[in-house]
Amino acid sequence: MKRSQSVSLFQWDMTKTAMIESFIKLNPATMFRNPVMFTVEIGTVVMFFVCLQIAFGGDTSQGSLAYNIAIFVVLLLTLLFANFAEALAEARGKAQADSLRKTREDTPAKVIRAVGQLKVNELQIMPSSQLEKGDIFICEAGDIIPSDGEIIEGLATIDESAITGESAPVIREAGGDKSSVTGGTKVLSDHIKVKVTTQPGESFLDKMIALVEGASRQKTPNEIALTILLAGFTLIFVIVCVTLKPFADYANTPIAISAFIALFVCLIPTTIGGLLSAIGIAGMDRALRANVITKSGKAVETAGDIDTLLLDKTGTITIGNRKATHFWPTAGVTEEQFTLAAMYSSLADETPEGKSIIELGLQKGTKLPTMPANAEMIKFTAETRSSGVNLPKNIKIRKGAQDAIRMMVERAGNAFPKDTSDKVREIATNGGTPLVVSENDKVLGVIELQDVIKPGIQERFERLRKMGVKTVMVTGDNPLTAKYIATVAGVDDFIAEAKPEDKMNYIKAEQANGKLVAMMGDGTNDAPALAQADVGVAMNSGTQAAKEAGNMVDLDNDPTKLIEIVEIGKQLLMTRGTLTTFSIANDVAKYFAIVPALFVTSIPALQSLNIMQLSSPQSAILSAVIFNAIIIPLLIPLALRGVAYKPIGASALLRRNLLLYGVGGLIVPFLGIKLIDLLVGVWL
Amino acid sequence: MLEEILGIAFIFVITVLLAIPLGKYIAKVYSGQSTWLDFMSPLEKIIYKICRINPKKEMTWQEHLTALLTINLIWFLWMMVVLMNQGWLPLNPDGNPSMSADLAFNTAISFLVNCNLQHYSGETGVTYLSQLGGLMFMQFVTAATGMAAGAIVFKAMKEHQTTQLGNFYDYFLKSCTRILLPISLVSAIILVFNGTPMNWEGKAAITTLQGDSVQVSRGPAAAMIAIKQAGTNGGGYFGVNSSHPLENPNYLTNIVENILIILIPIAFVFALGFYLNRKKLAWMIFGVMTLGFLLLLSTSVYFEMQGNPALTKMGIHQSLGSMEGKEIRFGAAASALWGITTTTTSNGSVNAMHDSMTPLSGAMQMIDMMINALYGGVGVGFLNFYVFIIIAVFISGLMVGRTPEFLGKKIEAKEMKIATLVALLHTFLILCFTALASYVFTKDTSVGWLNNPSFHGFSEMLYEYTSSSANNGSGFEGLADNNPFWNITCGIVLILSRYLPIIGPVAIAGILANKKYIPESEGTLKTDTTTFGFMVFAVIFIIAALSFFPALALGPLAEFFTL
Repeated sequence: MKRSQSVSLFQWDMTKTAMIESFIKLNPATMFRNPVMFTVEIGTVVMFFVCLQIAFGGDTSQGSLAYNIAIFVVLLLTLLFANFAEALAEARGKAQADSLRKTREDTPAKVIRAVGQLKVNELQIMPSSQLEKGDIFICEAGDIIPSDGEIIEGLATIDESAITGESAPVIREAGGDKSSVTGGTKVLSDHIKVKVTTQPGESFLDKMIALVEGASRQKTPNEIALTILLAGFTLIFVIVCVTLKPFADYANTPIAISAFIALFVCLIPTTIGGLLSAIGIAGMDRALRANVITKSGKAVETAGDIDTLLLDKTGTITIGNRKATHFWPTAGVTEEQFTLAAMYSSLADETPEGKSIIELGLQKGTKLPTMPANAEMIKFTAETRSSGVNLPKNIKIRKGAQDAIRMMVERAGNAFPKDTSDKVREIATNGGTPLVVSENDKVLGVIELQDVIKPGIQERFERLRKMGVKTVMVTGDNPLTAKYIATVAGVDDFIAEAKPEDKMNYIKAEQANGKLVAMMGDGTNDAPALAQADVGVAMNSGTQAAKEAGNMVDLDNDPTKLIEIVEIGKQLLMTRGTLTTFSIANDVAKYFAIVPALFVTSIPALQSLNIMQLSSPQSAILSAVIFNAIIIPLLIPLALRGVAYKPIGASALLRRNLLLYGVGGLIVPFLGIKLIDLLVGVWL
Repeated sequence: MLEEILGIAFIFVITVLLAIPLGKYIAKVYSGQSTWLDFMSPLEKIIYKICRINPKKEMTWQEHLTALLTINLIWFLWMMVVLMNQGWLPLNPDGNPSMSADLAFNTAISFLVNCNLQHYSGETGVTYLSQLGGLMFMQFVTAATGMAAGAIVFKAMKEHQTTQLGNFYDYFLKSCTRILLPISLVSAIILVFNGTPMNWEGKAAITTLQGDSVQVSRGPAAAMIAIKQAGTNGGGYFGVNSSHPLENPNYLTNIVENILIILIPIAFVFALGFYLNRKKLAWMIFGVMTLGFLLLLSTSVYFEMQGNPALTKMGIHQSLGSMEGKEIRFGAAASALWGITTTTTSNGSVNAMHDSMTPLSGAMQMIDMMINALYGGVGVGFLNFYVFIIIAVFISGLMVGRTPEFLGKKIEAKEMKIATLVALLHTFLILCFTALASYVFTKDTSVGWLNNPSFHGFSEMLYEYTSSSANNGSGFEGLADNNPFWNITCGIVLILSRYLPIIGPVAIAGILANKKYIPESEGTLKTDTTTFGFMVFAVIFIIAALSFFPALALGPLAEFFTL
């Protein structure tokens, strides 16, 4: 179940909730958090009283009642639209979280409780909602795991498709780095004892839902700085509008209250002000859609700033397993002979490496040999460090690491051929793993196994480089192998023979140079580095300690996820930046709509400033306010989806976005206001 | 026609050609490298010794500001003492009286803040002691104050991570001895040779051809005129400033004086490039400033050379352009150029009556001062531009998906708060005080400030506060401004608009200097590109110019369209 990746933006049930919410959010106490929209609310209230005064007080200096009511309604709509954007973003985030939460609806838990005075452990069945932190429960094949926890005893195969969408079962066991289980997943085999690690209502998912719902949503540093700038703009326009009153008095030009408020609301950056929180929520929502739970909005934003990315080799850069790429027979052995022997040695080898040897043999045109009935399989043991097969006619074929085979061969009094030992060294230098094959204690040759770089990973690294992100491969391999893979995959740097503290030191060194570092990890020994990194993504399968240390949890356990997270972070910032630019650029056209309209009655010469040729002052003002209101819902899709990130370098990106949203922001309102004026003109 | 245009093109090109080597020189002075003016150092050492200053002591940005503000306070007190007692002090051959308290306050403040708004007339309002020991002294030290503040920001932009930003007195004194003094000396000599007086004699009685007797004021004029031009001061020796035949005798002196207006402000931009070794950044800044400058200039020159449409309608031939309030020896184009350069740099000297210029020229001059960052005053012009860069960096940083950074330093909430406040202040001061004046005038028109009611009167008030807030000092005149209301309100505007825009950018630069340096990467927004230049231009245009659109519509624009 890959959850609803393509949810359409306006689903009816969400839209309905959002509509109701937009009215509730009119409450000044909540509105106050957003200074731009709060000033619009004040203006709306003032207009309401102006309408009342005209209706009941018989004031005629303010224009017709219908016109004033129209202004009032449009202002109210502006507020509602802004609230709607926020509410819709919240609803989408919540829906996303709910679908995750559903997976952990009340399931019966088999809890071990100490009962009675003798404290005898006894099994109790209780609903999962009553589980407390520290409780221990048991799960057997077929059970749904009732809560997040850590396996303290046993091993099980688990179907995590409910969370990750991945249908292949995974193995989780006590003690290791893969000891975490997630509520809602299903045990397929075996029997495990699990300790509950979170208080009910305090899981990462619960925390994230709270973040989305707004109660504990905190503004991120960039959001705060932007709010300051927007508040500054708002203040400038407060000054512009307030001082206009004495100016107009001086020029003997009476200006109606509605015109003042209209001018003000049009000039302040309502577009970005109205969409700002929606953009933030949508960022977290997009992360969730990528199956990443973030613990704060800040983490998503920081991800966009990442300079250095630490990636584990296995699973991220290479496909988990190595593959046979070459057969190198020793002198005096034919290639067919060697291929056949190699395939015999791997017939019963179920490991991916073994299978890849058979595959390579088939590719070379050798037919798959059939196993004679009385052949004896020799399994790999830690003692012999080799495996193989004993065929009838006393043929013993072995396959193993160089030193294991060498020992075996030399013990039998045979020499290890020099060409093979040279080859072995060469393979190791090139980042491969050599497997030597022997027949009856005589070396036949060596099989070269190589890491397989994930298809397309080079392009992804290139993309990251264009974003200005440096990639670092972390591997347990020796430096030679590591260097080879690093070069082929196109990463910028590598840490070979990595111990957990190496990661930590690398992160600290990068941070000392002012860089922001992201990494992904799962083990308990990764936890300090995860905590140290600016963005630490823990795999959901990882230990509780790792998940606590990081600031994101990846439900898919997909190491390439970091790349997506970086893009989500960048999109978030870009969306804010471009909409701010758009919003401010709009002011030019609005000035040219409203300012002539304010003065044209008493100073007819200023008609020349009416470059849009709007039909009447009232229509001009109304058109500007209407444009100002409807641009908000029109931009909701952009705010929620985010501006597309293109890794084309910062300057090119700025040029592109300036053209689209800056120049676009200049032109669009001229067209929009003129169009609305034509429509409004009909009605007036 | 063509000659006049070539004349002003010549002035601008020569200025830029001079500004580049001067910029290189200024960069050397502030970075302490050796220059050919090192023979000044014994003089500097004596001054340091008398004042007990250790010029090697490094200061934090707070210490810099403390030093700057303290020394400014002392100068203010000195000015008040001189101006209010000049009547009985020596060097007063014409027997001019001491100033009234409110006029002395206005004058002291106005010279203290490098504005030189003059509510008095030089011939009758001040003595030679005041001219030299008060006003001219201030023209040196306040210009140097602005330059020193610019040098602090230079230093802060250069350092990777430090709180130590050089020594204020070192920057300040070197600005005087190494930059302002030599330039003024050379220019004053050129002026003297062209007829500007430099003596201690009082008024001369001259009988004209018609047989009338005229009293011609004289005195130590050339020295003051040189520094008033070079230090973006603008306070003229004579009342009518550089339209006076002794203050600006001919077209050659006009070229020299006009070059001096924008020379150091432009050189300062190039100095930044040499100082930081980021020449592309300097060219970006110069490009943005010049684009704005040329837009304003071409509009003004066009309308001045076009002549007054009201006169054209009456069938009057105006081949020389609109000549009301202009000197025939300079012509329409050179007067328009002066008008734009003097407002673009917060200089404020004039060679023609701005009040008489065509409405759109007035509008261009006001927009110039409303932006106040196209070249700008010596040192401080760059500071104003710096604030706009910070805002532009912030918005465009977001647009490329990264926490905004400028020269390797992250721009965060604190810096944005300061930058927003500084950007807001100018709008606030101009609009609020003009609103106050409009309100007072509307309520009681008998206050009698305005000789021209209607739109032009509004422009006069708007211009006066714009000029004050930009620390420019030029006046639309025609406004009766020597009275307590204008003396005091302008004084308040002057103080606020001088020191806050110095404190703000220095604080931002100081905070940024102390932040961790982030090396540039592919994802870093480059600030020395044309694209970013357009971004800065748009920010300046929208914040600084658009917020005045309604006011301009009621003043010069309304006047233009009704003409």
